[in-house]
Amino acid sequence: MDTVSPLERVLRGLAITVVILFFMFPIVWIFLMSFQTNETILRVPPSVVFEPTLTNYTALITGKLETAAGTLEIAFMRNLWNSLFLSTASVAVGLLLGVPAAYAFGRLKFRGSEDIAFTLLSFRFAPPLLVLLPLTIYFQKIGLADTYVGLIWVYQLIVLPLILWIVRGYFEDIPADIEYAYRIAGHSWFSTFRKIALPLAGPGIAAAGLLAFIFAWNNFIFALVLASADKQPVTVGALAFVTASGIQYGQVAAGIVLSIAPTFALALYAQRYLVEGLSLGAVKG
Amino acid sequence: MTQTAPAALPRRRFRVGRRALPYLLSLPALLTCIGILIPFFTAVVYSLQRYRLSQPWARKFNWGENYLNFMSDPAFWNTFKVSMSYAILTVGIELLLGLGIALLLQKRTRFNNFVSIMLLMPLMTAPALASLMWKLMTNPGFGILSYFAELLGFEDFRWASDPSTALLTVVIVDVWVYTPFIMILLLAGLRSLPTQPFEAASLDGVPRLFVFWRITLPMLTPFLLTATLFRVIESIQQFDIIYAMTQGGPGDKLTVFQVEAYLNFFQFTNVGRSAALLMILWAITYFLSNVFIKNWLRLREKQRGEA
Repeated sequence: MDTVSPLERVLRGLAITVVILFFMFPIVWIFLMSFQTNETILRVPPSVVFEPTLTNYTALITGKLETAAGTLEIAFMRNLWNSLFLSTASVAVGLLLGVPAAYAFGRLKFRGSEDIAFTLLSFRFAPPLLVLLPLTIYFQKIGLADTYVGLIWVYQLIVLPLILWIVRGYFEDIPADIEYAYRIAGHSWFSTFRKIALPLAGPGIAAAGLLAFIFAWNNFIFALVLASADKQPVTVGALAFVTASGIQYGQVAAGIVLSIAPTFALALYAQRYLVEGLSLGAVKG
Repeated sequence: MTQTAPAALPRRRFRVGRRALPYLLSLPALLTCIGILIPFFTAVVYSLQRYRLSQPWARKFNWGENYLNFMSDPAFWNTFKVSMSYAILTVGIELLLGLGIALLLQKRTRFNNFVSIMLLMPLMTAPALASLMWKLMTNPGFGILSYFAELLGFEDFRWASDPSTALLTVVIVDVWVYTPFIMILLLAGLRSLPTQPFEAASLDGVPRLFVFWRITLPMLTPFLLTATLFRVIESIQQFDIIYAMTQGGPGDKLTVFQVEAYLNFFQFTNVGRSAALLMILWAITYFLSNVFIKNWLRLREKQRGEA
């Protein structure tokens, strides 16, 4: 590896440049588009020279869309809020349910624990519509149709397996002796869990939470099937927004930028745990 | 399962509720999931019925008829074919590309680490929104990619709205989103390999291509397998990218399993056929995920052993 010929250096450099171009160009282009008006977007040939404007963002944030036909109300901020609320609540519920279960699976090992853990994991791989379509009919019957509670419940389908399997790995990595020593000193099971196991698995729990948040935020199909307009997160809302805004492409681009910024920020923050989380704990980053 | 029971024995000295405790702790999570399992069984029942939302009075069990009809149903075989082509194309390209990029970034330098983090951004983009981004870029009126295509001499290149390039377009979006997934998994794999075989090979002056085929690739196989299976399972169920891009069109060009099932349920209100389609998809993914989980467990044990 140390003797790299000049030709190889050039080829490697070229390959990396092409890779970066392909993966970064769409993000950069949409970002630029979000600061343009329709006039500069529709120019032929396209150009990167333009007078940046914030009107797209102000229109989205104030919820008023100026069109030739008059002022249009847009509910994009509502979608953004729904995304935030649904993801946060789902992760909170997921952690509340998942962390104790992960402890049971990882540390206490009981009859059938492996089978149950695998059943839960297999949810991660089943076609979501298989569950969602009958659920639409059930939810209508029990009054959960188009409610946040119903959505948060369904979101557990992706949040719970993720939390369970990552956190379980962290509990398994804590030497059991530490916990035994604390128990023998006369502490209850619960205080051992709270004072020893939880803090030691803390980073894993945080990572699992952040990843689960990203997955919940990026989810599309659950809300598409189960939520009506006022409960929809940005993933679904943005799609409807394209038709609603008609020809205001700059605003669509601004909407996309606002919708992907939070996950980007979280991913940067939690990048150390991404590999482990994405492979459900199989590969250490 | 017989092996886990003895493993629990030494912990008997735990006092109060030591038997009930693990069940109590996992119960809430289980109940939540059981609530989700009920619809699964309902779907099985639906798939065995003649059930159209538009004709509720005609609802009755027709047992395997929905499945039998598939045999002679060209729409079903189209769905099957499109799903398979999509999965094979996306995962194939992503695997080659991901491996290539991982090899390029293998060395732990500041620049390489920075690039690998940057490349995660597409993976963090919601697939539905990624589709929307590419839709804006391939718009025939102002899309930058339509403009590029024209510069390259493709007159009136219509990307996803043209039946002949629709599959290509969604495959590109999928590759854009998910190649980084394979890349970071393989990069982590490459960097975790022991260095001795490589040092020995370079001391002996073994050609690098030989090293790649005989040392790197075999040692990387568990990672490659995990990444591939993971992606195949997801890709065969892809919905977000395709639905957000064309809703299965133009025509029936992109009606993969989940999109076809969705359209059957909501547009044609044919619940029975929709459920049967999803059952077949489930059978495929169930088989694949069993293979996957076995392989994944082996890798996990190995990694934890080394950690």
